[in-house]
Amino acid sequence: MTLAASGIRRELMKGNEAICVGAIAAGCRFYYGYPITPQNDIPEYMAAHLPPIGGMFLQAESEVATINFLLGTSAAGKRVMTSSSGPGISLMQEGLSYMAGMELPAVIVNISRSGPGLGGIAPSQGDYFQAVKGGGHGGYRMPVLAPHSVQEMYSLTMRAFDLSDKYRNPAMILGDAVIGQMKEPFVPTPYLPAVSAEKPWALTGCAGRERRIVKSLYLKDDEIEVHNWKLHRKYAAMQEEEVLYESYCMDGARVVIVAFGTAARVSKTAIQVARREGIPVGMLRPVTLFPFPSREVNEAAGAADAILVIEMNTGQMLEDVRMSTRHHDRIRFLGKPCAIPAPEEILQEIRRLAGEIGARPVRVR
Amino acid sequence: MNHKGKETFPREVFSRPRSLIDVRSHYCPGCHHGIAHRILAETIDRFDVREKTVGVAPVGCAVLMYDYIDVDFTEAPHGRAPAVATGVKRAHPDRFVFTYQGDGDLAAIGTSEIIHAANRGENITVLFINNTTYGMTGGQMAPTTMLGQKTATSPYGREFRNDGYPIKVAELLATIEGTAYSARVATSTPAQIRKAKEAVRKAFDMQIREVGFSLVEFLSTCPTNWGMKPLDAQKRVLGEISGYFPLGVYKERKQADFV
Ligand SMILES: Cc1ncc(C[n+]2csc(CCOP(=O)(O)OP(=O)(O)O)c2C)c(N)n1
Ligand code: SF4
Repeated sequence: MTLAASGIRRELMKGNEAICVGAIAAGCRFYYGYPITPQNDIPEYMAAHLPPIGGMFLQAESEVATINFLLGTSAAGKRVMTSSSGPGISLMQEGLSYMAGMELPAVIVNISRSGPGLGGIAPSQGDYFQAVKGGGHGGYRMPVLAPHSVQEMYSLTMRAFDLSDKYRNPAMILGDAVIGQMKEPFVPTPYLPAVSAEKPWALTGCAGRERRIVKSLYLKDDEIEVHNWKLHRKYAAMQEEEVLYESYCMDGARVVIVAFGTAARVSKTAIQVARREGIPVGMLRPVTLFPFPSREVNEAAGAADAILVIEMNTGQMLEDVRMSTRHHDRIRFLGKPCAIPAPEEILQEIRRLAGEIGARPVRVR
Repeated sequence: MNHKGKETFPREVFSRPRSLIDVRSHYCPGCHHGIAHRILAETIDRFDVREKTVGVAPVGCAVLMYDYIDVDFTEAPHGRAPAVATGVKRAHPDRFVFTYQGDGDLAAIGTSEIIHAANRGENITVLFINNTTYGMTGGQMAPTTMLGQKTATSPYGREFRNDGYPIKVAELLATIEGTAYSARVATSTPAQIRKAKEAVRKAFDMQIREVGFSLVEFLSTCPTNWGMKPLDAQKRVLGEISGYFPLGVYKERKQADFV
């Protein structure tokens, strides 16, 4: 069916707003948050659009309160979302750890900013470690989805809700100011739930059933160890079943870029130009940062002569790339901690690498 | 025998509340957490809300209270119970939602959450247990610790120049517009326990009538960390502690402002 025939209209929106549209499409009716740049479009959109459809928008007194509003609403069995940026996401880490331990779903959006501390509001990917390694205490993981277009801000948000319900675990959207503020058309494809809406653990009052307890505290004998292994098996299942990535221009690629989000977006431009120059370069773009496409990175590293990791930080995903393969000598890194790498910069690096590995372009023009 | 001298079958005049689970608790001898639990359970039964209640447990000695009170329960991070309760209540406005928090939980780490829950007029009920110390972690100084009181972290006695003054929560929250009910009770004599029950009944009633945020502060004991025998602990509450923390009702709204 064509788009026109389906009756679905393309929308022109900011990435941040597309997240909201995706969340509402996925049935999220509860949003809590605290203002912080560069994601204020999200609470503002939700404040305007949730109440008229019977939803709940509540501005919290802090991100500490925010994440605990989420915890309560999630324990009560409802789909719920928040969004924030670096400093706010840091304040949520205790609550996220509790929610992972209590096995509570929710979607957390990080439109990240740059640098430790107050840092700056320039786009950055400096929160990679915090997002994918379990930023709070106790050793937990959560699915982390990294959109690189407004379309994906929409569709990956819906997916994040399904993943978090499927695994009873928080899930994160990791974006940055560029994807958040960028306007481009996207197709609001209908939401097709991938999980059942049943929550046989939710707290609703115990009428007509055994009462329920949602907790992360396990004191008896080896209960906490058993619980930890149970959680670990969920993370292992995510690794098996939920990896998402994009292969871009990978046919015969001898230089393979590994990049996500905005860095991947810019890399595509550079790859286009390089391909026109005849350089065999492609990209493997992780869409899920956890679970990380380790197998695919390993295969790419085995087949290529050079792997170019590009990040808007000083090298974080780089560690996961190294962990995925033993071809460390092929790995190169281009980092921009607080700025978007320019396509020209990337192109230059591609050309340099092509020369290094003797894959000099066959000039087509 | 009844007053006419006729034999009657024994009639039950005292029993365990339905909502109080019949297990041995982990509380120390002379600790008043148990009394507050019983009052809570009795009031749940009195309003017949057991099957529509969601409780929020604190981090503190009452962290395991879901083992004792027979309702749906969630845990909350230390101090965040009012925020968690907000999340539950917003999802289910027709359920009865309470938190139960110690003075470290509510008046130190959770000060922001309790003040803002009250200020929003969040329609929840809070039982606040003031035992002037951190029971669970071994008797350190709490924001409610009395001046001069020796604790594990105020070994020379609390001194206001260093540690400030014991904070009066019932009075503080009474100043907040969104608070519907704020009272301080004690449970060291039968008469006090009767008054405490009445205060908790009122607090429940505020939520059920949707008047708004309600809190009952209990002057409690921690004989273990006070280094006192249970009876001496009672005397301390009746004397020194209620001298500084006066019992009474600090705020009682008749009806919600917004109706
Ligand atoms: C973030 C965090 N900080 C510290 C602790 C350790 N902790 C557990 S209970 C507690 C204080 C409990 O005292 P109180 O709230 O007065 O309750 P009580 O045990 O006296 O009933 C503390 C500091 C924790 N669990 N989490
Ligand atoms: S330590 Fe104190 S507050 Fe905790 S159970 Fe014992 S007496 Fe009660």
